[in-house]
Amino acid sequence: MNSVIRYFKSLLLIELFQGMGLTMRYMFKPKYTMRYPMEHIPKSNRFRGLHALRRYANGEERCIACKLCEAVCPALAITIDSAPRESDGQRRTTRYDIDLFKCIYCGFCEESCPVDSIVETSIHEYHFEHRGENVVTKQQLLAIGDRFEQQIAADRAQDAAYR
Amino acid sequence: MADQLINQVLWPLIYILCIVLPLVIAVAMFVYWERKVIGWMHVRLGPNKIGPFGVLQAFADVVKLLIKEVILPTKANRFLYFMAPLLALIPALAAWAVIPFSSKMVLSNANAGILYLLAMTSLGVYGIIIAGWASNSRYALLGAMRSAAQVISYELAMGLCLVCVLVLAGSLNLTDIVNAQAGGKGLFDWFWLPLLPVFVIYFISGVAETNRAPFDMAEGESEIVAGFHVEYSGSAFAIFFLAEYANMILISFLASILFLGGWLSPLQGWIHADAPDWINWIWTGGFIWLFIKAFVMSFLFLWFRATFPRYRYDQIMRLGWKVLIPIAIVWVMVAGCMKFFGWVSIGAGA
Repeated sequence: MNSVIRYFKSLLLIELFQGMGLTMRYMFKPKYTMRYPMEHIPKSNRFRGLHALRRYANGEERCIACKLCEAVCPALAITIDSAPRESDGQRRTTRYDIDLFKCIYCGFCEESCPVDSIVETSIHEYHFEHRGENVVTKQQLLAIGDRFEQQIAADRAQDAAYR
Repeated sequence: MADQLINQVLWPLIYILCIVLPLVIAVAMFVYWERKVIGWMHVRLGPNKIGPFGVLQAFADVVKLLIKEVILPTKANRFLYFMAPLLALIPALAAWAVIPFSSKMVLSNANAGILYLLAMTSLGVYGIIIAGWASNSRYALLGAMRSAAQVISYELAMGLCLVCVLVLAGSLNLTDIVNAQAGGKGLFDWFWLPLLPVFVIYFISGVAETNRAPFDMAEGESEIVAGFHVEYSGSAFAIFFLAEYANMILISFLASILFLGGWLSPLQGWIHADAPDWINWIWTGGFIWLFIKAFVMSFLFLWFRATFPRYRYDQIMRLGWKVLIPIAIVWVMVAGCMKFFGWVSIGAGA
């Protein structure tokens, strides 16, 4: 008996019509598409994007060349050289390179930093046009940090309670 | 002599252009509409960048295809390889010669219109087989074999469905078939009602015949990449595309003409009002009704594609031979009885 019912069910295409009803309902649903360059999906304040080096409010760079980030980096993307600064003899980096092709954006560098110097900003739209541009230097990192300091600080403040 | 030349060559050429050019544009817009509809059913937006709401997307695609290189595979049969797209396209366009757009608008009011149509739609499969064979590629050959087997099996079911229509209409002429559906009962005068199962079978066979989802295992991306046209690129591929979509539109028009009363209005006989011509067609009928019906039928192709997963090869064969053809044969007899004993009163004859 069951097989007879099943036979007529399939013969009358009932399930197919149900499926078509489903797709027809979906056709009129609001669409999920983001018109990407014009619209953006909201981003978490913990988003790990392009790196930056921060400064203190008085303009002094935070990095003290402790090389913890270099040590912790699982992808060996960070290269640091250090020397006493000529003006006051303080220990500072002379070279701070991050190879963005090696970097896996794990955020360990940021977590290991005792002075909150190296951070990963929420910038995720960047590109390189020439070979070699994937290695960002200290100057570039500081410039990114200067430019986006407000946003970086706001993101860190939002997350401070959970650290 | 000059008069003869103009009458016998120039005017037919102009008529042909009047059909083919809108058809090609319709194909382009149909491709756009397909991507849009399937996008909506996937809760996406579909193309929306080129032109307002993306309507020019299809034309951009055509330009892209035309400026791309046509690649000839190693050891492919050069002549057949370039012949195949044309063999697919020519029947797809030639079939339009006998389609009546309204009681007056028909390029060739042939008496054996349906036979001609059957012949033309079957010829299209040669393009596919030759494309598959001439490509010198195993995927293309597999796709071509599948396509040939499928088209041949569904041709039978389709032919039997047409027989039912012929029995009721008593004519092979498409204009006469539409006229046989005229009457005083509105859309209930059309053949879809007494021939409902046949109508369904006809459309299913039509979908299978045009190698569309869910019967598109001739393309079968997951198994044989793209089937018979896997080696084609650029304008040769565009021609296959054009033929496939022209066939889809043709099947939609045929379904409208054979079962849904062609250019007749669904309100025929219900409203008798005197109105200016631009409003009169709503109940007296006109080619706009045919276009509306064909649009709805062609929408079904897209709807199917967005809804159903692809059939397996043996399932397609089983469906064609063991389900559709028996039902169609039974309904041929039922239709014969209807006509002979006058069980149903259809159209003008009744």
